[in-house]
Amino acid sequence: MKARVYISLKNGVLDPQGKAISHSLQGLGFKSVVDVRQGKTIDLDLADMDRDAAEAEVEKMCQQLLANTVIENYTIEMLD
Amino acid sequence: MKAAVIVFPASNCDRDLKVALTHSMGREPDMVWHGDSELPDTDLIAIPGGFSYGDYLRAGAMAANSPIMREVVKKAESGTPVLAICNGFQIATETGMLPGALLRNAGQKFVCRDVDLLITSQNERFVGGFEQGEVVRFPVAHHDGNFYADDDKLNELEAEGQVAFRYVTPDGEQTDEANPNGSRNNIAGIYNKVGNVLGLMPHPERLISDELGGTDGKRFFDHLVNSIV
Repeated sequence: MKARVYISLKNGVLDPQGKAISHSLQGLGFKSVVDVRQGKTIDLDLADMDRDAAEAEVEKMCQQLLANTVIENYTIEMLD
Repeated sequence: MKAAVIVFPASNCDRDLKVALTHSMGREPDMVWHGDSELPDTDLIAIPGGFSYGDYLRAGAMAANSPIMREVVKKAESGTPVLAICNGFQIATETGMLPGALLRNAGQKFVCRDVDLLITSQNERFVGGFEQGEVVRFPVAHHDGNFYADDDKLNELEAEGQVAFRYVTPDGEQTDEANPNGSRNNIAGIYNKVGNVLGLMPHPERLISDELGGTDGKRFFDHLVNSIV
């Protein structure tokens, strides 16, 4: 069982790295870029188990460690 | 008086804290390894600066879940004073002992210099050795010191007098130029609601003698030790 967690900064939380990337892209001539937000993905390889139970477990992992819910949002994708 | 300094893999201000506390207490603090699950009997817990666990995932995230931190949180809840400096502040927010979070510096750069700090609210135990409204000087050295809390939490911190230190000009003015990292409301340090946990990004333990460039840090530790004794 595999799961992928996407973590992004909440709206309103300053993302200086996203801003720097945005400036670089505009500098390269990508004038269409209005804003960039940078996040991260975490791929989890889990023991074989019931899909719902696995998703519930990943949810707990996000709450306890993978994301800081003061500043970050997360979404979970079960991959198989 | 007894103090305990928590040591994580890649803590790098633990020995500075030990020196500062030893000077002020007249005895050495216990150095407690992060993998220990019990704290010695102690009147003060200090969480040092550094880059615990290489700042993996988020600064302080791994350390916040180490065995010893469960004990630190329990002791804090039962009233033991906790001083959390720099990476210690990041760890304290990750455990939930302190509100908010420390983001990447707004200017993207590691900032390492002395800063001027306004003593913002009166907490006898931690800053009773300074006048309220006094400006003191400690150094900062961090990449992730940009204090963030959402509007509601920020208003609550201000209303409850939980803001401990603010970045200001030497004259005590709160300006954008005096803010080294983009922290909301120029916040450099905060207390928990009860006032027994202090987290701050600047390093008082680095200015404890004239040879090091100043003694405001020594005043801070001398008073803290006296108030606990």
